[in-house]
Amino acid sequence: MKNIYEKSVPGRRGVDPGTAKKETEKKLADRYRRISDNGLPELSELDVIRHYIRLSQLNFSVDTHFYPLGSCTMKYNPKVNEALSSLPGFAGTHPFMAYLDVDAVQGSLELIYSLSELLAEITGMKGVTTQPYAGAHGELTGILLMAAYHGTKGNRKKYVIVPDEAHGTNPASAAMGGFSVISIPVDRDGGMDVNIFREKMSDEVAGVMLTLPNTLGLFPRNISEIVKIAKKHDALLYNDGANLNAILGKARPGDIGFDIVHMNLHKTFATPHGGGGPGAGVVAVSEKLVDFLPVPIVTKTKGGAYTLDFKVKRSIGRVASFFGNFAVLVRAYAYIMMLGREGLTDASEKAVLNANYIRVKLKKYYDAPFDRNCMHECVFSARRQVQKYGVHAIDIAKALIERGIHPPTIYFPLVVDEALMIEPTETESKETLDEFIRAMVEIAETAEKNPGMLKNAPENTPVSRPDETKAARELKLTCNR
Amino acid sequence: MDITVLDGYYYTKEHEWARIEGTTATVGITDYAQQKLGDITYVDPPAIGNELKQFEFLTGIESVKAASDIYSPISGKIAAYNSALDENPELVNKSCYTDGWIVQVEISDPSEIKNLMDAAAYRSYAAGLE
Repeated sequence: MKNIYEKSVPGRRGVDPGTAKKETEKKLADRYRRISDNGLPELSELDVIRHYIRLSQLNFSVDTHFYPLGSCTMKYNPKVNEALSSLPGFAGTHPFMAYLDVDAVQGSLELIYSLSELLAEITGMKGVTTQPYAGAHGELTGILLMAAYHGTKGNRKKYVIVPDEAHGTNPASAAMGGFSVISIPVDRDGGMDVNIFREKMSDEVAGVMLTLPNTLGLFPRNISEIVKIAKKHDALLYNDGANLNAILGKARPGDIGFDIVHMNLHKTFATPHGGGGPGAGVVAVSEKLVDFLPVPIVTKTKGGAYTLDFKVKRSIGRVASFFGNFAVLVRAYAYIMMLGREGLTDASEKAVLNANYIRVKLKKYYDAPFDRNCMHECVFSARRQVQKYGVHAIDIAKALIERGIHPPTIYFPLVVDEALMIEPTETESKETLDEFIRAMVEIAETAEKNPGMLKNAPENTPVSRPDETKAARELKLTCNR
Repeated sequence: MDITVLDGYYYTKEHEWARIEGTTATVGITDYAQQKLGDITYVDPPAIGNELKQFEFLTGIESVKAASDIYSPISGKIAAYNSALDENPELVNKSCYTDGWIVQVEISDPSEIKNLMDAAAYRSYAAGLE
């Protein structure tokens, strides 16, 4: 397919701007006049429309295909959320209105206030900031809160503990916050090794970052013990809420003993993401950290009006302009209100059921590194296929693309060799899951009988198998015209 | 997984090798490591003259699968870096024990060599990981 520059024809126009009035050029100083070619492609309106419609048809999305990309929670995003977030009262409001004329934006402020209350209830926490733009931004906010808490108490803290299955953003956020990272391996049960954890724990540890359930899709059975050990040393417990969608209505991070949790609204509460839209990494905190939250916070006066509170005692300051990605907050609020308590609990249960259905159906064909019930995602290893037939996780992923299915996450978590991390989500039907299982079984059989066939897949897609090594080694970020 | 392990080299649990000649150690990653990482796309050039401690971070290496850390098999100062890797990082895949070497270290404490595995020990260590 030609790119838009290759379709360009000199002199072709979509719009006729008319001829310039006489002597206009003379009225413009030379420095305002473009002398050189503006570099834009030259096309008719129809050329442009066909080009972009065609591109949109090549799009691979959760609206068109099954998308079991582990850890990313590619659940269906209900269209009613889109309609609500496009209401002119939301979409047409400038966030400065909240500063200039608070009476004119009571509805938007009420939404932020009510959503914050709901998220505090869902996580068992006391205070909320909606500012962070995405998960990693929420993590950094959490780490800054951690640093402020210890700073105020005069605690001398140097380290943050992170298990080795964690998302790479966890150690990165801790390091950005000025801490050194101590990595703890997982034990045979798939949770953080509590003996090594106890050994590494000291009064110099500022916090422990855990994903719940963890990136292996497992709920750590030793969580209470970990919390107890951390509290003994006044280390704060940070919950990476990337997998919160597995435990809604079942377990609350605050009740377990966590002090900070970030929520990926775009995953758990079904807003478009991953190229489809921006995220929201809302952070909720326990009582101890409420005084450090970013400002402003939306509060409610005695008279029932909504207003901005800038007087948080030891606030870490602002972490984003205004209130975060507001349109995402609207969608998440709509999702929570539509489902209610029972609906959210049901969503988590079905997410876990679907993942276990796949796990059980596929465990004969692929190695399961931890053979126990999983939560919302299941992790397999392609070791058997590699050792016996030279077929790698990436070949399995490419073969799925050929079959019209988005691949699972591969080569993550790093602690599983040749990992295939599958997250079906609750929004998929049994028929879709069965179709996926059939494809995976068929690929396992092809790996055994005819491994060469998987090496060139996909062959019947608009873009066949790209040379990933070449793309990484020979960076070329410009477009030739 | 079939891996090549060369006699006369020393090895770490993190899959680096060291070839000791006098007071200089040439350092790279093993065949096991390069096979696990897959196609190498980038090796981060470390600063010449940097002081390293045994088993501590030396530099980063990236492949199509992941970004990983390389640890120094021995304490000392970085004396040279294999700049051929800038243009051809695939040398680590093609020839991990010779042309794909990564740095040379001026050894500060030769007694640390005893903390490394010889070829026989590493061979059984790597086999045990499978």
